[in-house]
Amino acid sequence: MSAAAAVRLPDRRWHPAEIAFWLGLLAVVFVFPGHLVLGSQVLITGLFALSLDLILGYAGIVSLGHAAMFGAGAYTAGLLARHGWGEPLSGLVAAAAVGAAIAWGTSFIAVRGGDLTRLMVTLGIGLMLYEAANQAARVTGGVDGLSDMAVRDLLGVFPFDLRGRTAYVYSLAVLFAVFLACRRIVRSPFGLSLRGIRDGARRMPALGSPVRHRLIAIYTVAGAIAGIAGALLAQTTQFVGLEVLGFSRSADLLIMLVLGGAGWLYGGLIGAALFMIAQNQLSSVNPVYWQFWLGLLLVAMVFVARGGVVGAMASARERLLGRAAR
Amino acid sequence: MFTSLPGVLFDGVAYGSLLFLMSIGLSVTMGLMRFINLAHGAFAMLGGYVCVVGMTRLGVPFLATLPIAFAAAGLAGAVLERILYRRLYRRGPLDQVLFSLGLTLMSVAGATYVWGSGQQPVHLPRFLLGQVRLLGVDLGVYRLFLVALVAAITAALVLLVRKTRFGARIRASVDDPQASAGLGINVTRVFSVTFTLGSGLAGLGGALAIDVLGLDPTFPLKYLVYFLLVVVVGGAGSIAGTLAASLLLGLFDVSGKYYVPAVGAFVIYGLMVVLLLLFPGGLRRGAR
Repeated sequence: MSAAAAVRLPDRRWHPAEIAFWLGLLAVVFVFPGHLVLGSQVLITGLFALSLDLILGYAGIVSLGHAAMFGAGAYTAGLLARHGWGEPLSGLVAAAAVGAAIAWGTSFIAVRGGDLTRLMVTLGIGLMLYEAANQAARVTGGVDGLSDMAVRDLLGVFPFDLRGRTAYVYSLAVLFAVFLACRRIVRSPFGLSLRGIRDGARRMPALGSPVRHRLIAIYTVAGAIAGIAGALLAQTTQFVGLEVLGFSRSADLLIMLVLGGAGWLYGGLIGAALFMIAQNQLSSVNPVYWQFWLGLLLVAMVFVARGGVVGAMASARERLLGRAAR
Repeated sequence: MFTSLPGVLFDGVAYGSLLFLMSIGLSVTMGLMRFINLAHGAFAMLGGYVCVVGMTRLGVPFLATLPIAFAAAGLAGAVLERILYRRLYRRGPLDQVLFSLGLTLMSVAGATYVWGSGQQPVHLPRFLLGQVRLLGVDLGVYRLFLVALVAAITAALVLLVRKTRFGARIRASVDDPQASAGLGINVTRVFSVTFTLGSGLAGLGGALAIDVLGLDPTFPLKYLVYFLLVVVVGGAGSIAGTLAASLLLGLFDVSGKYYVPAVGAFVIYGLMVVLLLLFPGGLRRGAR
């Protein structure tokens, strides 16, 4: 959310670093064939973080309950696969629809009021859905989770293997497709008006921008994407646990996005990768230490490194370019 | 065993009083500086652990640990406010959320490291155990003690805010910090003192709550929603609103868990969303 990003007008061209980033993700299939299971989880979480970036980084809505849509998507795809509809792509579409419907239905209360009210309402909705899934154990499996899914082969050709090769490529393809859509959205006049709302919610109505409708629209889009991410997780792991709706999933997501840098689209992807790889390495040593260092990192970031990884890279680049111009 | 309706209501009131004690500091700090502090429960937890350590390791009697818990949490609040919180008053809500979330995670990990992840025991003195029969209803002595203590503290707080010069400064700073500063009120100092007092009260509440809510390292996260809920529904910065919201929440939560256990925590979250819909600015402003 640096000022430099706000003033620069959208640019449709692809930066070489962006192309390298995506080729790098594709190269993981061949370079680290043994880590594709973790890799696909990272991609899915990155997609989830991307959806939060749309509402937090671009529209400025701080949400502590974004897992509601993720979990709803995961349960949608999981239940479909369990009850005989194992075709993955249509499962994604269904999950996106459910995620969007929940986001749209709750957006009327989630986007109104001040930051604190928003925070509370999103938190409350997330907790309510968690309780609902917990109570409806006959449908969702409750604390035992939902398993016994029969996810069919992708496109009828590629089965989901144990090494996670199909899962990784599938997740990457979906992530890239959604990313293209998001890139298009944030560079459109609609995306610009969202940034306007983020930076000056009181002035935007004076410019004739329907603030409420814009926020509802982006909240719904983000809900659909979160639903897709949840469905991907359900399909690739063939399991849905209650924690897909948990508070810590929402809180961790917020941390990842801020760690990577909100408001750049890439921040969530980088943050998710850093967070999950670090978690994978450290929490196997001791989960308590992991939590402590995570907390310390957050506090330190607020004081010294606002803007996250991508923000730091961008300001370093600005400084270099500025020096060169002088 | 079937508990009568008055008994359930009384438990709800006792629970609500605890919530009030633990959230009043949060309410005032949010009202004063618009600071979203998710770490408030950590101060309550600190008070709880101070009480347990005082009782089990040092042999201090329960009642004597309460002022110590108050002082320890207040001191921690004062130090953190001075070195960390103060720098973030002007930042956006996201920074405040992240900072206080980080602090909460650290406190949870720290408490697990020092005291382990289990529930902590509390040994109440004999005269606070058992039940008394009052107007045909069996009431727990400890809960009666809680309600009486919180009533006394509330009265003292109301006197402090309504009748003293310092209280006038708090009220002025809540209403309009800029104009108050212009009138020569040291708003920063008012806030430091209020933050300290609020953390101390949270610590006291945490110590008193061990017998009712239990105490383990996840305390700050488990009850975070309740504290925030009280503040949002009651309207930040209002004692009466916070009290009303705490009691309402306590009553609904206890009777919900008692009469419709299948619905469980749903009652509370549902109540929260409905109340926020009806009174987006808090109960007090909504009623005006």
